Amino acid sequence: MPAPHFDYLAPTTVDEAVAALVKGGQDARIMAGGTDLMVKIRHRALFPKQLISLKRIEGLDAITFDEKSGLTIGATALLADVASDPMIRKHYPTVAEAAESTANVQVRNMGTVVGNLCNASPSADNAPTLIAMDATVNITGPSGTRSMPLDTFFRGPGITALENGEIVTSIFVPTPPAGTGTAYISVSQRGQLDCSAIGLGAKVTVDGDRCTDARIVVGACAPIPMRAKDAEKMLVGQELTDDQIRKAAKKTSEETSPIDDVRASAAYRLKVTAVITIRALTDARKMAKRNK
Amino acid sequence: MKQEISLKVNGDTYNLFIDPWRTLNEVLREDLNLTGTKLGCGSGDCGACTVMLNGKSVSSCLTLAVEADGQEIVTIEGLAPSGEELHPIQDAFIEKGAIQCGFCTPGMELSALNLLQNNPTPNEKEIRLAISGNLCRCTGYNKIVDAIADAGQRMKSQPKDRR
Repeated sequence: MPAPHFDYLAPTTVDEAVAALVKGGQDARIMAGGTDLMVKIRHRALFPKQLISLKRIEGLDAITFDEKSGLTIGATALLADVASDPMIRKHYPTVAEAAESTANVQVRNMGTVVGNLCNASPSADNAPTLIAMDATVNITGPSGTRSMPLDTFFRGPGITALENGEIVTSIFVPTPPAGTGTAYISVSQRGQLDCSAIGLGAKVTVDGDRCTDARIVVGACAPIPMRAKDAEKMLVGQELTDDQIRKAAKKTSEETSPIDDVRASAAYRLKVTAVITIRALTDARKMAKRNK
Repeated sequence: MKQEISLKVNGDTYNLFIDPWRTLNEVLREDLNLTGTKLGCGSGDCGACTVMLNGKSVSSCLTLAVEADGQEIVTIEGLAPSGEELHPIQDAFIEKGAIQCGFCTPGMELSALNLLQNNPTPNEKEIRLAISGNLCRCTGYNKIVDAIADAGQRMKSQPKDRR
């Protein structure tokens, strides 16, 4: 069976890419690493007439860190580069771990963190941690630039808040306040290789023993990577005891709406979500106490 | 519309006119006749198509040839620098019995190269993680892991220009 045919454009500026995307309309697709898009095309799930690669846009792969404001990861920064970046490993270890837990070596050498987000898979490995860390998405489109919280970026499986002609140029992760700890734990049948059956991103900020802020984000257990907001509320203002963590973990599982699929059954997901929420919150608490 | 690209493969430069939907894997195998690079799953899971692109291992089945324009590629044919003497990774695979049917071997060896050039003394876990994107359907993983550890030792005692 012959491969689907398409044209290939490699603009050198973001504005050119936006213009090409506006012109191409529904027939055009933005490509960064291509590790998801190429599979969809070769497996005949998508038939774009035009691919617009972002790879030749200079500087779009930049990873920049500012101690005061935070971390910016460009749209074409590779998963492998994010996983191994010394500044990210030092200041945002969980962001590096989530990138490292995405797919395999070859895919991490091609694919990008932003691409993983833009494909909007409910199981995207990089989403839970970045949502938990209050990341924002920087977007350029025909009417200029805007940014929005990553938390509201996902609208459904494969669906994002991007409007026609818009491109995500980078993701920004603010510097977490002192006393913050994070963790990401994923569960899948084949280690890190296949899509996660469940991914759990957690963040807690503590002042002494009291929790002043918390995020619990579950991947692959709802149509989008979702925050367990009721469970978060059970932690804020409380002492982060094992018992309180267990209660919040149970609540987290109740807030999800998992389905049965090839990766796991809904019943398994409900049970294991509670278990890995306990583990992730416990890890995050440990890191938070270290980061005082 | 066909596009003109230039690929530097194993040190040789090739100027080609190719359709933009063709993968690097297809161009290497069909146009350049470098059939050492295999095609397995076609979706980035099995690693049979692994090549080095600018010094990093990638799946050639998911890389468009146009994207590789102007880039440097090493395939399994380029691993042995002289074409006569084998690369230490190849020697180690042979001596440790890490080759059965051989289909996964080119990809395995390039994944080994990707690991060893950054970490010449990996432990077993690091080796297994490094080849987690390469499937061996003969299931000869233990000997492959042994061979990669051994290759690391061999490469340490080799001069730098042998990669």
